[in-house]
Amino acid sequence: MAEVRLAGVTKSFGTTPAVIDMDMSMGHGEFMVLLGPTGAGKTTTLRLIAGLETPERGDILIDGRSVVGETPAQRDVAMVFQQYSLYPHMTVRENLAFPLRSPVLRTPPDEVRRKVQQVAETLQIAHKLDNKATALSGGEMQRVSIGRALVRDPALFLMDEPLSSLDAKLRADLRVELKRIHAELGATLLYVTHDQIEAMTMATRIGVLENGRLVQIGTPREIYEQPLNLYVASRLGQPRINVLPANLFPGAPAGAGTIALRPEHIRIGQGRPASVVRIEHLGDQTRLHLVLEGHPVVTLSEPDLDLEPGDTLPIEPVNALYFDAAGARIA
Amino acid sequence: MSSFSVTEPSRRLKWIAGLLVVGYALVTLMPLMWIIATGFKSSSDSIAYPPKVVFEPTLEGYVNLFTVQNRASPEQLAANPPETWYEQIVHDKGMMISGPSRFGERFMNSVIIGFGSTFLSVFLGTLAAYGFSRYRVPLKDDLLFFILSTRMMPPIAVAIPIFLMFRATGLSDTHAGMILLYTAVNLSLAVWLLKGFIDEIPREYEEAALIDGYTRFQAFYKVVLPQAATGIASTAIFCLIFAWNEYAFAVLLTSGTAQTAPPFIPTIIGSSGRDWPAVSAGATLFLLPVIVFTILLRKHLLRGITFGAVRK
Ligand SMILES: Nc1ncnc2c1ncn2[C@@H]1O[C@H](COP(=O)(O)OP(=O)(O)O)[C@@H](O)[C@H]1O
Ligand SMILES: [Mg+2]
Repeated sequence: MAEVRLAGVTKSFGTTPAVIDMDMSMGHGEFMVLLGPTGAGKTTTLRLIAGLETPERGDILIDGRSVVGETPAQRDVAMVFQQYSLYPHMTVRENLAFPLRSPVLRTPPDEVRRKVQQVAETLQIAHKLDNKATALSGGEMQRVSIGRALVRDPALFLMDEPLSSLDAKLRADLRVELKRIHAELGATLLYVTHDQIEAMTMATRIGVLENGRLVQIGTPREIYEQPLNLYVASRLGQPRINVLPANLFPGAPAGAGTIALRPEHIRIGQGRPASVVRIEHLGDQTRLHLVLEGHPVVTLSEPDLDLEPGDTLPIEPVNALYFDAAGARIA
Repeated sequence: MSSFSVTEPSRRLKWIAGLLVVGYALVTLMPLMWIIATGFKSSSDSIAYPPKVVFEPTLEGYVNLFTVQNRASPEQLAANPPETWYEQIVHDKGMMISGPSRFGERFMNSVIIGFGSTFLSVFLGTLAAYGFSRYRVPLKDDLLFFILSTRMMPPIAVAIPIFLMFRATGLSDTHAGMILLYTAVNLSLAVWLLKGFIDEIPREYEEAALIDGYTRFQAFYKVVLPQAATGIASTAIFCLIFAWNEYAFAVLLTSGTAQTAPPFIPTIIGSSGRDWPAVSAGATLFLLPVIVFTILLRKHLLRGITFGAVRK
C-alpha cells in the first residue's frame, strides 16, 4: 500500500510525445483505472512508474519519495504486462516463485512454497503448478502473470490491459476476481485499459487519457455524467453517445456547437421527427437506429415497441450535454 | 474419383518423395561409408581393382594410425614375440612397433583448439550480440557492418599478414595463437547469428525480471540465456565445424606443438604412399566429435532452424 503522485511527467519517443505533462495522485488502497484508446500513452505511463522508462521532465513520488533515480527493483512495484507475461522456460511454480527468490526479497524456501500455493489457489491454478508456462491456455497464462504480481506485497500494483487478450466470459470472471482481490489486499492499484466496462466496473476513480494527456479524473459516475469535454463523453456509454449539431433542437445555450445525447437523454414521443432505419435486438437491450435530418442517432427502446424501418417517430433531448465548437463542455 | 486434400499428399507422392530422399541420402553418404569401410581394409584391399565392396575387416589401419613401426629382421621378430593383439598385427607384417604415433597428440590439439575457440566465439558473441540487441550503441549499424565485413574476404587472403604477425608476436605454432585466430574468424558469424536470436526474445521478459527484483545481469543470466539456448547451440555447431575442419591456416601456422589433425592426416599415408586404411581410420575418428556434438545439440538445432516460425 502506498500513495503515488505524478507531477508534470513528460516522455516522448523521438518526436512522438507519449505522455505529456501528467499530474495525478493516488491514495492508499485506491483502484485507479486509466482509460484510453491504443496509443494514448497508457503503457508508457506504467513503464515510467515502474522505472522501465525515464521521464524527460517531472517527478514520480511513491509515499512521498522521489523514485526517478531508482532502479525498478528499488521501487517495489509489481507489474502485469500486456503480453509476453510468463517466463516461457519455467514452470508455473517457478514463474510464481521467481519474484520471491529475487535478491531483494530472498524469501526462505518454506515461505516460497506456502505463498505460491496460496496465490495459486486464489487464482484457481493450483492444479497447473507443475505445467510448463507455455502449456497453458490464454486465461491461465494471464492468471499466472497476475499471480506473479500477487505473491509479492509491493507498494503498488501496475496492470497493463491484463484482460484484453481473454474471451468475454473469462474477462467478466476475472474482473470480479480482481476487484475481490483488491478489496482483500487493500492494495494500491493502477490499471490501464481501453475497455470502458472494465473501467466502470472496477475503478474507484477513472483517468481518461487522450494522446498522452490526462483529460479528466473522477469517479466512474462523475466521468459518465459530468464529462469535461466531448472526447471524455464519447469514451463511456453503450451505445456510444450521439453527437449532433446543437441547433437541431430548440433551446441550446449560447455558444453551443454540438449537443451530445446518451440514450437516457432522448425522450421518444414528441419533438423533431426522426425515421427508423433499423432495430437491433441484443437480448438485454434493443437498439433503435434513427436518422434525424441526415444525422444518425442510436438510442435504446422498449423491446416490445411496435416499429418497423421507415416509420417516423418524434424525439427530443432531456438534460442533454452541450459542448462548444472546441469540444469543451458548456452545459 | 477420390477427393484429395491440399495439406495431405497422396500415397503415391509420399512414396516418390521417400525414394528421392533415400536416393539422395545414398549419394551423399556413399563417400562417408567408403571412408569408414576403407579404414577396416587391409592395405592391398584398399587399392584393389575393381574396388572391393566385400572384404575381410582388419584393424591394421587403426594400428598403423596410432603407432610408428620399423621393419625387423627374423631374429628380432623371434626374440620379441607379440604380447597384444596389435603387436600381433604388426608382427605378422614382419614389422615391430617402435612407439606411439603423433596422431593422438594432433587429435587432442584439434579438440583443444576447436572447442576452445568455439567456446570463446560463443561467449564473446553472446555478450556482444546482447549489447547490440538491447543497448543504444553509438554507430551501431556501422559497427555491425564492420563486424560482418571481416568475413567478406576469404580468410586465406590475409594469410601472409597473419603469418608475419604470428611470427612477430611468437604466436606461431601455439594453441593460444590458433584459438585466437579461429575465434577472430568465427566471431562475426557468432555475433550476427546470436543477435538475430536475441532480437527475437521480447524485452518484456527481462523487464519483468527487473521489476521482480533482479539486476540487469541477473535478468540476462536467468531469463535471456535460457531462451537463447537454441541460438547458442546452433552458433556453437557452426563455429566448431569451421574450426574443426580448417586446413589452410593450420598448414601455414602450425607444424609441431599446435598442429591440428587436418594437416596431419595426409602425412599418415607414409613413405610407401599406400597406407589408405590408416588415412581413412584417421578421417573416421576425426569425423566423430563433430557428429557427436551435433547429435547432442540436435534438438536445439532443429528448433533453431524453425525459430520464429513457432514462436509467434
Ligand atoms: N519504445 C517506443 N518507441 C517509439 N515510440 C513509442 C515507444 N513506445 C511507445 N511509443 C509511442 O508512444 C505513444 C504511446 O504509446 P503507448 O504508451 O504504448 O500507448 P498505449 O499503451 O496507450 O497503447 C504511441 O504513439 C506509441 O507509438
Ligand atoms: Mg499499451
